[in-house]
Amino acid sequence: MKIKDIMERFDFEQVVVTNADRTITGGYTSDLLSDVMANAQEGQVLITIQAHKNSIAVATLIGMPAIIICNTRPVPEDMIEAAEKESIALFRTQKNQFEVSGILYQEFMRK
Amino acid sequence: MDVIQQAVNAGPILELIYQLKVSDVMTRNPETISIHATMREAQKKMRERGITGLPVLDDSRLVGIVSIGDIIDAFDAGEIDAPVKTYMTTSVVTLEDDMPLSYAITYVNKYQYRRYPVINKTGMLSGIITATDIIKALLVAMNSEFTKLEALAKNDNKPNVNENGILESLQFPTVKYDFEHAGTASTELKNTLKKYGFANTVIRRASIVSYELELNQIIHSDGGYMQYTISNKGVEILARDRGPGIQDIQLALREGFSTANDWIRSIGFGAGLGLPNARKSSDEFSIDSSTRGTLVRAFIFAQLREL
Repeated sequence: MKIKDIMERFDFEQVVVTNADRTITGGYTSDLLSDVMANAQEGQVLITIQAHKNSIAVATLIGMPAIIICNTRPVPEDMIEAAEKESIALFRTQKNQFEVSGILYQEFMRK
Repeated sequence: MDVIQQAVNAGPILELIYQLKVSDVMTRNPETISIHATMREAQKKMRERGITGLPVLDDSRLVGIVSIGDIIDAFDAGEIDAPVKTYMTTSVVTLEDDMPLSYAITYVNKYQYRRYPVINKTGMLSGIITATDIIKALLVAMNSEFTKLEALAKNDNKPNVNENGILESLQFPTVKYDFEHAGTASTELKNTLKKYGFANTVIRRASIVSYELELNQIIHSDGGYMQYTISNKGVEILARDRGPGIQDIQLALREGFSTANDWIRSIGFGAGLGLPNARKSSDEFSIDSSTRGTLVRAFIFAQLREL
């Protein structure tokens, strides 16, 4: 699956997308950034409510191509700028982490 | 408010707003008024003390704030003898005394109120802060800070880059509570390791170690620096800070143990995973800590693809 598939198949709000052709290998759901650091894998989407710049830093270090912000948490301007700079896709949705994880999990299991 | 925003954009002052706490800047033991007082009593107190707002207390709990504007409203309605309760603002935006000053500045810009009551950990009123307090404190702190920065710049002695096998040495300062720049040092390290063609697993492990140690300095220390020495053998990561030191290193290394406070936890840190993660991802790991500072040394062996 690619970032553009996320754009097409789900009704997530697209905050920043500059890397539509990047491939996604799965997802990791967590609000603890140290946990993400320790356990997420390169290529996975980060599903979280941590809408701030530090999530971009973690995603950059791990090599996660996209972040989905749940519960319509407000996304600050400096986070958007950081996402653009690091070429990380940023989505937002009113769904919670459980729902988003479920949707993506099904999508990945289909293949 | 523009004055503050401009000051914040002025480089070195940025560091100050993370180092200073709300409690360093606020006015302690501010004048207050009881919820059972009248608006006339509030007006009298403001005139006598030359102030324009009063936190309203019920017993010792903060329940609202009454301003000159509220006094005028009461006069206007011919109700100056009405209880404070009727005219006070109840939706009070408060700050916590251990927050960095940067939060206070953000609040001033975001809410446009003149004054923000400060509460302590137990929810009691411990002070009040205004935009004027912030500007004054920044001006006072600037002088001593510039002197300190100059001294620090002189003391930065970088290791010998020409020594055998060393590819590159990097050094980055960290500043307490500067979450804005958290990860900058680690991202630079990652990019440099990529440039030299280190294996992905090595890059990943070095990134984890570096990020956790960098974050620890930002969350727990009085600031310091991250130093990387990249050689054919691997990556040496030194995290050195200026204190206050780790009280119990064994406890700090235990997964789930953390001394971070609530607002740090609310942004996804302080879960007690940092040091254990860093140690797990290192081939060599040691901590040396006293009240004067902590030095963490980690080494990750290289598996170079080609060099």
